[in-house]
Amino acid sequence: MITLNNIKKTYNKGTVSAVQNINFSVNKGEIFGLIGPDGAGKTTLFRILTTLLLADEGTATVNGFDVVKDYGKIRDCVGYMPGKFSLYQDLTIEENLNFFATVFGTTIRENYHLIKDIYVQIEPFKNRRAGKLSGGMKQKLALCCALIHKPVVLFLDEPTTGVDVVSRKEFWEMLKRLKAQGITILVSTAYMDEAKLCDRIALIQKGKILSIETPEKIVESFPVKLFAIRGGKAYKLLEDMRAFNGTDSCFAFGDALHVTFKNDENNTVLQYLDSKGHIGVSIETITPTVEDCFIRLLKK
Amino acid sequence: MKQLLVFIRKEFLQVFRDRKTLLMLFGLPIAQIVLFGFALSTEIKDSKIVVVDYAKDETSTQIITKIAGSRYFDVQQSLQSTAQLEAAFKKGIIKMAVVFPANFSKDLLHTNHATIQIIADASDPNTATTITNYITNIINTYNVQLANAAGQPLQIVPEVQMLYNPELKGAPNFVPGVMALVLMLVCTMMTSVTIVKEKELGTMEILLVSPFKPIYIIFSKLVPNLIISIVNLFIILILSSVFLDLQVKGSLLLLVFATTLFIVTSLSVGLLLSIGAKTQQAAMTSSLMGMMLPTMLLTGFLFPIENMPWLLQVLANLVPSRWFFIIVKRVMLEGLGFAAVWKEILILVAMCAFLLTISLRSFKIRLQ
Repeated sequence: MITLNNIKKTYNKGTVSAVQNINFSVNKGEIFGLIGPDGAGKTTLFRILTTLLLADEGTATVNGFDVVKDYGKIRDCVGYMPGKFSLYQDLTIEENLNFFATVFGTTIRENYHLIKDIYVQIEPFKNRRAGKLSGGMKQKLALCCALIHKPVVLFLDEPTTGVDVVSRKEFWEMLKRLKAQGITILVSTAYMDEAKLCDRIALIQKGKILSIETPEKIVESFPVKLFAIRGGKAYKLLEDMRAFNGTDSCFAFGDALHVTFKNDENNTVLQYLDSKGHIGVSIETITPTVEDCFIRLLKK
Repeated sequence: MKQLLVFIRKEFLQVFRDRKTLLMLFGLPIAQIVLFGFALSTEIKDSKIVVVDYAKDETSTQIITKIAGSRYFDVQQSLQSTAQLEAAFKKGIIKMAVVFPANFSKDLLHTNHATIQIIADASDPNTATTITNYITNIINTYNVQLANAAGQPLQIVPEVQMLYNPELKGAPNFVPGVMALVLMLVCTMMTSVTIVKEKELGTMEILLVSPFKPIYIIFSKLVPNLIISIVNLFIILILSSVFLDLQVKGSLLLLVFATTLFIVTSLSVGLLLSIGAKTQQAAMTSSLMGMMLPTMLLTGFLFPIENMPWLLQVLANLVPSRWFFIIVKRVMLEGLGFAAVWKEILILVAMCAFLLTISLRSFKIRLQ
C-alpha cells in the first residue's frame, strides 16, 4: 500500500540531513508504526508520503501512485492528520467537520458510521469552537476530519501527543476498528508503550531506520537476558549498578532498573549491592519491552 | 461547485468572527472619509487679508467697507503697492490680497467694466477656494446693487489668482486617493494574511492533501475579499456623498468596473506576498511597507507626480493605484466617460493579468 525506496531528504540546501536511505513498505490493512524520539524524521517522512515535500533522492508510492507524478491522485484518496493541531480554531466542531466533509466531496451523513464511535464523544460540544477544546477532544475532532471521506490510507502524525492516558487508550481502540474496515494506517508516536499496539513497527532515529519488525519479533530478538532490579535508594542503586564491572547496560525504568550483564550468569551482583549498603534488593528476569530494544539498538 | 461555496462561506464566517479584522476592514475607510470630511466642512471665518488700493476712489472704498464688514474677513492693513504682497504672503499672516487698479471707478463708469485682482494663498487649497468664493459673492452682490442704482449694466469682474498651488490639488482629490489607498491596503493585506494564516496554523497542509485543487483554494480566498472590497467601495461613495457632498459625476458602472479591476490587481499582489511570507506578522508588515508607502507617495494624490525626479516618475508608472487614481478622478470628479480613461483601464488590465498569472503560477502546491 505504501512503499519507500532509498528516500533521502535534506533541509537548508543540503546542510541539514533529515532522513537517509529509508526503505520500507506497508501492507494493505496494516497498522504500521513509526517509532522514534522527537526530531527523528517522522514528520518529514509523512510529508513526503502525503506529497507535501519532495524527497531529494529515492521514490515512494502510496496506493500504487507515485508521490511526485501522481500527487493529485494520492491527495484524492488519503487521510492526513498532521502532528500540530490543524483545524480552524474559530469554527465550531460541527462547522469544521462539515467543512472538511464538503472539501473532500462527501457529507457527514454518508460516512457517519466511520466516525460515529469517536464523534459521539465530542458531539455534546459540537457548537463549541475548536480553539476552546481540550487536547484529547481536539485530537478526536482532527481524527474525525481525517476520516470523514473514507480514506484508503490514513496518515497519523503523532496523534496522541499531549493526550491523556485514557483518551490515548480509546484512540488506539478506534484505530483497531478502522483497521477492521480495511483502512491502512501509518502512525507515528514517541510513546514506546504504543508500539506494541501496531502490527509492525519501524524504529527510527536521526533519520535512519534501525529495525523493522512486528513488536513481538523485536522483543524476541533481544539477544540477552534482561533483569529488573528493585529496592534501596533508587538513584544510588543506579549509580552503583552502572559502576559494577559485570554490567553491560543499566537504565532507570519506572520504579525499577532494567539491567543487562556482560555474562548472563551474575551470581555476584547481590553480594556486590550488599557491600554497597543496599538493603532489600530484589532481582528478577523480565521480558523486554520495545523500549528496551530501542535503547539497545541506539547503543550499538 | 458546492465545495467552493462552502469554502467561501467558511472564509466569511472567519472574517465575521474576528473583530479585529472586521474593524480594520470597515473601520479604515469610514475613519478616513469621516476624518477628511470633518476637516473639510469647517466654515472659514475671519480670514486675514490685505488690501492694495491704487484707485482710492468712491467705489473702491465702498467695496473695501463691505469686505471689512463681512464676518468672513479681517482686513489687516492696507498696503501701498503690490511689491509688499509677496513678503506678507511668505510670512503666512495673510490668506488673501485684494488689489484695486488705478482708475477703478473711471473704468467702471466709462467702459462699464472694471476688474479687481484677488490673490489667494493656495498652499491650503480648501481655504483658498472657500474665501475666494466668499469675496466673489460680496463683489457680485455689490455689482447688482450698483447696476440697479445706476440704471445701466456695470460690471466688476474679480480676477482670481491662486498662488503656490494653481491647480488647487487637494479637497476632492482625497476621495480618489483614499479609495486607492484603502482598497489597496485592505485587498493585499487581507489576502496575504488569510493565506499565510492557513500556513501558520497548519490547515494548509490538510487542504493541500485533499481533492480540493490548489487553484480553488486561491479562488475561495479571493472571492470574499473581492466582495468585501466592493462593499467598501460603496461605503466610501456613500460617505463621501453624505459628508463631503461629493457625488459620482460620471458613470457609476464604469467606476465600479474600474474599481473591480483594481481590486483584483491588489488581490493578486496580496497573493504574491503571501507566497514568500511565513508568518501572519511578516505578511502584514510586507503588505504595509511594500504597498502603503508606494501607494501614498507615488499615486499622485499627496504629491504631484509631475514634480518628482524622473526616476520616481518612472517608478510611479509601475504602481497600479496611480492609474486607478486617474480613472477615479476623471470618472468621479470630472464626469468623463470611457473614452477618457480607456488607456488607463488598458494598463490596469495588463497589470492585473500579469500579476494574477505570476501569483497563480508561483502558488505552491507543496510545502516548500
